[in-house]
Amino acid sequence: MNSSSTQYLNSKRMEVYEPMNPFSMWGDFKGNIYQDAAMIIEVDAKLENQLSEDNSHTTHGPSNQCDQEASKPVDKVLRRLAQNREAARKSRLRKKAYVQQLEASRLKLLHLEQELEQTKAQCALMRGGVNASQLGFPGAATHAGIAAFEIEYEQWVDLQNKKTNNLKTALNSGMDDTELDRLVQDALNHYANLFNIKATVAKADVCYLISGVWKTSIERLFLWIGGFRPSELLKVLVPQLQLLDHQSHDLYNLIQACQQAEDSLSQGMEKLQQTLAEAVACGQALGGGCYEMRNAMDKLEELVRLVIQADYVRHETLQQTLRNLTPRQAAQGLISLGEYLQRLRDLSSTWAMRLCEPA
Amino acid sequence: MEKIQSLTSHNGVVIFTKSTCCLCYAVTVLFQELRVNPIVYEIDQDPEGREMEKALLKIGCSSPVPAVFIGGKLVGSTNEVMSLHLSGSLIPLLKPYQLLS
Repeated sequence: MNSSSTQYLNSKRMEVYEPMNPFSMWGDFKGNIYQDAAMIIEVDAKLENQLSEDNSHTTHGPSNQCDQEASKPVDKVLRRLAQNREAARKSRLRKKAYVQQLEASRLKLLHLEQELEQTKAQCALMRGGVNASQLGFPGAATHAGIAAFEIEYEQWVDLQNKKTNNLKTALNSGMDDTELDRLVQDALNHYANLFNIKATVAKADVCYLISGVWKTSIERLFLWIGGFRPSELLKVLVPQLQLLDHQSHDLYNLIQACQQAEDSLSQGMEKLQQTLAEAVACGQALGGGCYEMRNAMDKLEELVRLVIQADYVRHETLQQTLRNLTPRQAAQGLISLGEYLQRLRDLSSTWAMRLCEPA
Repeated sequence: MEKIQSLTSHNGVVIFTKSTCCLCYAVTVLFQELRVNPIVYEIDQDPEGREMEKALLKIGCSSPVPAVFIGGKLVGSTNEVMSLHLSGSLIPLLKPYQLLS
């Protein structure tokens, strides 16, 4: 016997239960009801028409339950409400997690689409069949230069992480100093490669390089003329090394000299900004902007020299640092540097995920 | 070139620059920071500027400006100055010309 009102929904997602007719319940679910701890009947305004059952009830007939309904304790109702709230809260959390996942996937998709476009442009050029000007949009050659840089830079980062790991393994394996030194030199060369590819893109579009868009968001917080401040990196790394007194002394002097070099380049940058601003302003005032704008364009060429000079200081500082260290110390320093930079990138990813959360 | 020769032999620290060059400015600032007051000679303001530029390249300066001379001898351009400073070798060279402060 089954009444039409019997709809016993025991869904895992939503723990909501329909009111039941006790007679039909007996007929359909005899013996099972009391074992199912999740069985709760939803309470609505018409409480007196409903029955609630749980494990503590004995297997009596409906009459017992009818008697109890009028004096149905409030705490059962409260417990039911609490359980519903909990279920709803869990449901919201699940939804939130799902949306976060979707947002992350969306960002990844956008990023992949961008990469694809750039790779296509780059491939078109590399096949040789396409002249940069044939790519059909202004600044195509620059765009290709940037696309090439982004691919090379990404490969550079991957390789850097691999080399850092190799160094770490080598250091922990008790490799001898000569071999270790070879790995150190290899890692140094890899940094030299970075400065080379940066120089190439500086000539293609210095504004792109100096803007730091090619770096992750957290790395960009530390941006100084198209890269990191070498003195700041040294200050992070030196405490992580076990140094002899004379080494500490030398490195301290290096940090100071590096800061002075950085300051002089910073002032060079300020001077450049000032003269650029003047050149642009004059162009407007004179109306015949030709001469002044050419002047302004020359200033931008100065910017290329400045950025390349900053990279030179970075490279020299790194080399000078390692010259003062034993192979083991140098390896440790390079490992610390590599790991630090990667942690900044990882933090950027975490940060990006954070921004995906629904408000 | 005689002009360069006479300027550099009669003065302790000389930097040949161009008024538009920001790296020249940077090197000048660095020297001032190290308590040296270099003679700054703007070759683009000199009628013989072109010849001077060629001469500087000829005597081995990697880039015509800035061209740094200490004690009459060519030190080099920005790269050389930066390398020397980072290796701690610049200050000893400048010592005779540092101002007392």
